[in-house]
Amino acid sequence: MTVNPRLVRAVVDKELREFRRNRSMVVGMAIIPLIFSVQPLVTVFALSSSASGPLRHEHVLLYMLGIPALVPSLVASYSVVGEREQGTLEPLLTTPIRREELLLGKALATFIPAAIVAYAVFALFLACVGLFAQPSVASALIRPSDVIAQLVFTPLLAGWSIWVAIVISTRANDIRVAQQLSTLASLPSVALAILIALNVIDVSLLTGVVAAAVLLALNRIGWRVASALFDRERLILGTKA
Amino acid sequence: MDGMQPSAALSADRLSKHFGDRVAFQDVSFEIGYGEVFGFLGPNGAGKTTTVRTLGTLLTPTSGTATVAGLALTPDNAVEIRRRISIMPESPGLYLRLTVLENLRCFADLYQVPTATKRIEHVLSAVHLTDRAQDACGALSKGLRQRVALARALLNDPQVLFLDEPTSGLDPVAARGVHDLIDELRQRGVTIFLTTHRLDEAERLCDRVAILNTTLRTIGRPDQLRDELFARTLTVRTAVPLGAPDRLFGSVTGVRAWHEDDLSTYVLTVDDPAQTAPEVTRALVQADADVLSISPSHHSLEDVYLELIDVPAGQP
Repeated sequence: MTVNPRLVRAVVDKELREFRRNRSMVVGMAIIPLIFSVQPLVTVFALSSSASGPLRHEHVLLYMLGIPALVPSLVASYSVVGEREQGTLEPLLTTPIRREELLLGKALATFIPAAIVAYAVFALFLACVGLFAQPSVASALIRPSDVIAQLVFTPLLAGWSIWVAIVISTRANDIRVAQQLSTLASLPSVALAILIALNVIDVSLLTGVVAAAVLLALNRIGWRVASALFDRERLILGTKA
Repeated sequence: MDGMQPSAALSADRLSKHFGDRVAFQDVSFEIGYGEVFGFLGPNGAGKTTTVRTLGTLLTPTSGTATVAGLALTPDNAVEIRRRISIMPESPGLYLRLTVLENLRCFADLYQVPTATKRIEHVLSAVHLTDRAQDACGALSKGLRQRVALARALLNDPQVLFLDEPTSGLDPVAARGVHDLIDELRQRGVTIFLTTHRLDEAERLCDRVAILNTTLRTIGRPDQLRDELFARTLTVRTAVPLGAPDRLFGSVTGVRAWHEDDLSTYVLTVDDPAQTAPEVTRALVQADADVLSISPSHHSLEDVYLELIDVPAGQP
């Protein structure tokens, strides 16, 4: 199936405009990054030079992968069930857009702000650590391999969270239920990131590459699954014929 | 299309939709010509909206066939059908945080309308909303939202326009505005499939109407339906009761039967009211009757509707 970029873009533009004017959405997207950056920064600033030794054996930076895992799920979970609740889904489905294009547009509209927020917060975190932490602590924390992992896994994790949340959104009958389930579904990714950050799970370059490949494949599968589960009839009527 | 426009803009042949054991509509067949305004009437739960959704490719029919805007109603044709038609659902379904212009822009892009800006200006002008283009839809009244939804439905210049209860919940002035717009569209040759509860609306706007109550009860021009269902009558009112009405009305050849409806009011069943009325008048004058009025009885579409809607399916 060929995707019409103009239709996808129409959905992205519309979604981004709506997000900007939805205060609860903006606040939701701001709170999680704050939680994930302020507390670690305070802890890092309080560390003395002697703490740099143990830090070299951990991947504390990867803790921030919780942001791309959690932030987009909140927004993406709203994408279909939200349209349905506000009565805008039916007019949208009367247009020539295919479900694959519609969902891709919705996913991209969530992905763009989520990735920007995740990268911006990460950059701010690095800048603060570089400027205000003990130099030895900063050099122990900011390791090129962890920075690269953060850069690579941010979009992959965000994409995965988005597709899981969209799948939930296509099947849920209520926005709150969709948001709660999506948050719950993204918790394993967050837990994994934290366990890796704390060195409970040891990772190597190979496992990193394999994990990235798996996530890439899951993103592709997620799009397919979400499209297959997007049942116009059920979404319009509330039940399957 | 191969250059030849098919004769029907919309047709259905024994089209049915079931939800499990529940029948939404059954064996619906009709044909609607290009440029026709077709009214689809029926009580709540009759299957009107489900029919629109089915013809609009939102729901899959359980059985039967249909063509929409020249294309067979099949999953493969769904996208192309949606490109050629527009549906205005009962609820406007606008993005309330976006402005009127932003709502229309989004849908113009989804329909891939060439020269979208010009087209948006055109449809806004058609619904008399040019000056509200920058207003958030959430700030508009229900009537104005309905007009925005109509503007949205016109963006792709549809061959077939489905209007599902377009005046539902509108005050008389706003409803009048929508009626005027439908009139304008009819003059431009747009085929309109109008579902409504409002029989006066259907009578005023529609070339033909169909009455649905799960199954199609009847289909035809409003005046044709009236003639089919109701005997043609003349109502005679006099100042005082007639002395010998039986003899008087019996002498007029065009009168098939008569009965006294009220004191001094007589209802005559006739073949042709226009031809028989002068004869009846002459007979009354000859009988020195004090005639107050002679008028052909008028049956509204509402009478037709009420007559048909309670009849069990399959009975004439």
